[in-house]
Amino acid sequence: MPFKLRTAVLSAAVVACAVASGSAFAQKTYDTGASDTEIKIGNIIPYSGPASAYGSIGKTEAAYFRMINDRGGINGRKVNFITYDDAYSPPKAVEQVRKLVESDEVLVVFNPLGTPSNTAIQKYLNSKKIPQLFVATGATKWNDPKNFPWTIGWQPSYQSEAQIYAKWLMKEKPDAKVAILYQNDDFGKDYLKGTKDGLGAKGASMIILEESYEISEPTIDSHIVKIKAANPDVLLIYATPKFAAQTIKKTAELGWKPLQIVANVSISVGSVMQPAGFDNAQGVLSAAYAKDGSDQQWNNDPGMKKWNEFLDKYMPGADKTESALVYGYGAAQTLAKVLEMCGDNLTRANVMKQAASLKDFTPDTLLPGVKINTSATDFAPISQLQMMRFKGQKWELFGEIISGDVPAD
Amino acid sequence: MSAAEEVVTEAPAVEAVPKRAMTLGYGTSLVVLAALILTPLFVKNFIIFQMTMLLIYGLAVLALNILTGGSGQFSLGQSAFYAIGAYTTAILMEHFNVNYALTLPVAGVVCFGAGFLFGQPALRLSGIYLALATFALALAMPQLLKLGFLEHWTGGVQGLVVTKPDAPFGLPLSQDMWLYYFTLAVSIGIYVASVNLLRSRSGRALMSIRDNEIAASAMGVNVALYKTLAFGVSAGITGIAGGLGAIAVQFVAPDGYTITLAISLFVGMVVGGVGWLPGSIVGSAFIIFVPNIAEGISKGLSGAVFGVLLFLVIYLVPHGARQVALIAQQLAAKLKKN
Repeated sequence: MPFKLRTAVLSAAVVACAVASGSAFAQKTYDTGASDTEIKIGNIIPYSGPASAYGSIGKTEAAYFRMINDRGGINGRKVNFITYDDAYSPPKAVEQVRKLVESDEVLVVFNPLGTPSNTAIQKYLNSKKIPQLFVATGATKWNDPKNFPWTIGWQPSYQSEAQIYAKWLMKEKPDAKVAILYQNDDFGKDYLKGTKDGLGAKGASMIILEESYEISEPTIDSHIVKIKAANPDVLLIYATPKFAAQTIKKTAELGWKPLQIVANVSISVGSVMQPAGFDNAQGVLSAAYAKDGSDQQWNNDPGMKKWNEFLDKYMPGADKTESALVYGYGAAQTLAKVLEMCGDNLTRANVMKQAASLKDFTPDTLLPGVKINTSATDFAPISQLQMMRFKGQKWELFGEIISGDVPAD
Repeated sequence: MSAAEEVVTEAPAVEAVPKRAMTLGYGTSLVVLAALILTPLFVKNFIIFQMTMLLIYGLAVLALNILTGGSGQFSLGQSAFYAIGAYTTAILMEHFNVNYALTLPVAGVVCFGAGFLFGQPALRLSGIYLALATFALALAMPQLLKLGFLEHWTGGVQGLVVTKPDAPFGLPLSQDMWLYYFTLAVSIGIYVASVNLLRSRSGRALMSIRDNEIAASAMGVNVALYKTLAFGVSAGITGIAGGLGAIAVQFVAPDGYTITLAISLFVGMVVGGVGWLPGSIVGSAFIIFVPNIAEGISKGLSGAVFGVLLFLVIYLVPHGARQVALIAQQLAAKLKKN
């Protein structure tokens, strides 16, 4: 058995080296945080505070690596996943990341969540040459290998998603009158910019109204009434779940039937479509890159079967409608793949190099056809989405997989 | 006087804090100072960073302590002044290339002004009503920082990244260690100044307002002026702490200065002992390290564990570190006698 394992490790290493660089043939090289027996991975996520709902992502990732370790680890090494609470506070994020790097001595910082927290730690990690792998935010600025070669994104950026909607509109409804409802923060503004860039100079005249709301407003009914008065025939809803549900419901109450497109963050059947009312939500459009855990159509999908088995065994009692569980699983699987590709060369530089050499990698939870591709100049792993339409009580995918890469400014 | 104040001042064994009891003896002060100077030589950079944050939050708690312990006014809005100080420093450093050391007095003056102005109308309020007014300020601050017309300066939601200064004159110190000693020097200066302030004529006036406003005004104390001054001084020191915090963390963003920070500072003041200035650093240690301990015990229930620990502290030693120090002193005296 030990002999077999070693052969497996060796051959994996050989393959990885051959694919990667061809150098350091099966020679073991380590940076701080990696050894013959262990790979230390650091993570920060809000387990407390206003964004604590995202804590499930960290818990899913921890469970995923427990599963990996039960199966013998990655190339024979156990993954030691250390995750701390940053309470969505940038000063706390800096403190916790410094603890991970200087006290726990991790190899990489993986999937830290939130744009403010990631901005706070980006300079520090890049100056220390420590990978800031697969950050959990949809801002566009993480795809900037020239200025920040140690930072790489994961999910599609908000701007690239908005561009996909713009492209679809230009093609399907070139003479539409478009109204945009957006949240007045970085999230909403990124969508607005993506839409305008996607429509370009030619399509700019299609936008007849831009209406913003504050996240602190209790209801956005008055905004909807105002938008209806301008009489657009397309409504783009760049809102977080609560407001997206209100919008869909209110338009129906007004007896108004524009074509509605809702942002990917608000596509949950359980927390948006159901509260809005299934009748009201018929025909709403959006785009997705991952499968929905509560959607019946994936019951026989091999990837989602694995996901279900994983949850049953390692996170019993978890709420499967939570999209964080799909997200955490996919991100963790991507990291596992990168570490596997690193073989016995577990230096920080090589981890970064492998993370930037993913070719057509497909985690179990991504939509069929959506693939992760990275290169030395492309630090946006997922940039494909597919359009979908709400019908009955679930989303129906249609059209082709659309790619919308946006480089950072 | 309001109910909230009476809870603090009327509890048994808390007679109004006499001014001499507000500080440590010389011997103890020297030991603490030596520990603060020597420890960084033997620990990792990360610990030095934590010690820097300890001093910075200590300053902010001290500022609140002057306000509450000194003049008897409540504030849940310290995070707003901390944010103004942090943004002043960050904007001066990044947009105007001002030396970091020079930005701190500016941050202090700006916050003193903001505090003084806010104190003017707030004067008409006392006790819990003032606490509520400042609470509103703390709630509003993160949103004000995101306002469109300020975005050019504040960076909006994205915040501002601040460059960490190197040690000057080619001193062989790491950035973290230099910043620590710099912060320590500033902290000692402010601590000494605060102690002297409370021992001075103005300090006596503040404490007389705390103990009985009507009596104080009958004695000829200009109650309105001293109350606003206390507010201004407290805001000014908080602003300097905020500026130091911005340099240490290298980043400012609205999400860093929410109401949670204001409440943490309040917790720190109570745990350290209301009106006992040296307790500020103990309170600061509590708000930095206890959440980490709580998280170590249980990730999912870290908030609950923190609550239990806080409850234990308040239940067992209601007057915080000051009470512990008193008990220690009595024990030491007993041992000497034997």
